[in-house]
Amino acid sequence: MDRNTRINWINRLLLPLLNVLTAFAATAVIFLLIDVNPVEATKILLYGAFGYEEGIGYTLYYATNFIFTGLAVAIAFHAGLFNIGGEGQAYIGGLGSTLIILAIDPGASVWIFVPASIMGGLLFGALWALIPAYLQAYRGSHIVITTIMFNFIASSLMVYLLVNVLREVGQMQPQSAFFPSASWLPFMHNLFANFGVTIEQSPLNLSLFLALFFCFLTWVFIWHTRWGYAIRATGLNSTAAVYAGIKPKQIIILSMCISGALAGLVGINELVGYQHRLLLDFHFGYGFGGIAVSLMGRNHPIGIIIAAILFGILYQGGAELAFEMSNISRDIVVVMQALIILFCGALQYMYRPWLIRTLAPIQEQSHG
Amino acid sequence: MDDFLLTLVLTLDAAMRVSTPLILAAMAGLFAERSGVVDISLEGKMLASAFAAASAAAVLGSPWLGLLVAIGVSCSLAMLHGFATITHRGDQIVSGVAINILAAGLTIILGLAWFHRGGGTPSLANDERFLSITLPGVDIINHIPLIGTIYRELLSGHNILVYSAFLIVPLVWWVVFRTRFGLRLRAVGENPAAVDTAGLSVIKLRYKALLVGGILCGIAGAYISIAHNAQFTRDMTAGQGFIALAALIFGKWRPYPVLSACLLFGFLDAVAVRLQGVTLPIIGEVPVQLIEAAPYLLTVILLAGFIGKAIPPKSVGVPYVKER
Repeated sequence: MDRNTRINWINRLLLPLLNVLTAFAATAVIFLLIDVNPVEATKILLYGAFGYEEGIGYTLYYATNFIFTGLAVAIAFHAGLFNIGGEGQAYIGGLGSTLIILAIDPGASVWIFVPASIMGGLLFGALWALIPAYLQAYRGSHIVITTIMFNFIASSLMVYLLVNVLREVGQMQPQSAFFPSASWLPFMHNLFANFGVTIEQSPLNLSLFLALFFCFLTWVFIWHTRWGYAIRATGLNSTAAVYAGIKPKQIIILSMCISGALAGLVGINELVGYQHRLLLDFHFGYGFGGIAVSLMGRNHPIGIIIAAILFGILYQGGAELAFEMSNISRDIVVVMQALIILFCGALQYMYRPWLIRTLAPIQEQSHG
Repeated sequence: MDDFLLTLVLTLDAAMRVSTPLILAAMAGLFAERSGVVDISLEGKMLASAFAAASAAAVLGSPWLGLLVAIGVSCSLAMLHGFATITHRGDQIVSGVAINILAAGLTIILGLAWFHRGGGTPSLANDERFLSITLPGVDIINHIPLIGTIYRELLSGHNILVYSAFLIVPLVWWVVFRTRFGLRLRAVGENPAAVDTAGLSVIKLRYKALLVGGILCGIAGAYISIAHNAQFTRDMTAGQGFIALAALIFGKWRPYPVLSACLLFGFLDAVAVRLQGVTLPIIGEVPVQLIEAAPYLLTVILLAGFIGKAIPPKSVGVPYVKER
């Protein structure tokens, strides 16, 4: 192998792998700090995620949310933008789906409800990202700061709406009325039962296929359309992109709207697929989780699917771990998320100089 | 009228207490961002140090040791941020997000393992906390109308960290605008290459700025858990680090305007608490959530250039690469 091939391998495979391993090693240290055997904990975690059908269902159900938010962050990354507002966009997207479902006549067919609720999620998520995008493109305010602020604004807005407007009559809890059953996305266990296959009940629903479909769409969009090309060109070098006839301001708007729309689909899985009503904080943690998923999946749909499943495992396995061990809680997953963001994101090039020095050193030129 | 006055004074008094961590954290952010490092991890550093302060005070029995440990924890997180963003030139936002999430998770995990109270720390006795101080002369001035009320309710009766927060602001101003370190700090945030050419280390300066920020965030966190409250509870900073960040932008990276922004946001918070469920004449019931969201809304409007213009330090967010 010549030097460039080696460097390529280091960048594409060795480095990401080493980063993930470092994050896991750091987690193991934390386990040891709190007197938990990391091997034991890993066993319980994996059993919880894969050991029985219901566990697998939960794992894939959580993974679905992470696919949506991971794709959302990735699209913005390709345009050179950091969409830290996935939390707010997911939250408002869920509001959009809810409003549309509650507005439609309860007797309508599922073929009207489902596309309409998906459109609602896409639209509201996109709108919530459009304002920060517009402010970045045309008023020069920084997208990171505005999207952070919009997360908090979304949270206040939703508390207000759930307490004062959408709360079910005669209920104390801040939650909306149940959606009519025609609007529910079918559960996987019901779907499989139609084909004579029995699987255990779990919240896993048709949204998983929707998520995979959007992975495919994203792949086509980013690598096989002119808009995708424009987005990548802007992300790599927006000054150069201008000379290719690309308008970076439009790209900011376009990529952020798509990003927000994808995040807005979390509500489809959580609300339309499982809870069947709008709840407070249903989106909690998935927006930030999406950052970790996207970083780990290197902004590629395939990588995102793998990373999302890993996070699904952590979420479901973490619940099992908290159940089995009294001195640990599900927050250990949050810690792992943080370590993955740290080592695969902020410190992603930590090992690079060292790897290149040892594995692909500059060859001495022989002067004959 | 007297009644209204007393309510106003009491609200302002509450505003002072709420503003304290905002002021400290915003000053921390001021040092970091003036040096060219974006710091969205103010929240995480405050949360981690709030936990550290409450744990140390509970175990060691002294608020001063609690404060010291809090500062130590906050500084190590600040150094982690520096290691990632200054030494390895990693993305400053990504690193900040990681620290925030790390603090949110680790405080609960460690709290659960050490104290077995669902992630919180034990309640602190009075001698393990910073208590309010009655300023001298309250009894004498008390008899003067208005001034007496203001002195008794508003100025007296805070703990030492509140007073320090307000005293730190002029100190920060002096350091940033009147000392050699301050001049270099501002220069390294605007044009690091020029600072480098002058023979100064960009890396060292930025690390120093983060360290100062770490100390201030540590005090802010300790204030929240062992002065304002008497224990650590899950997510107890509740977004105050981001409000401080908003105040920093709102105050345009200058100490006194930042102080005003912190006081404004603190006042809004105190008003929101007071207006909970109250029906006002003419306006009717004010949605508390609107007042809660006000700091964020105001910052967005400011950033969009509708009220003045907020221009950040020129090189903020850009890792420094030598010899380019």
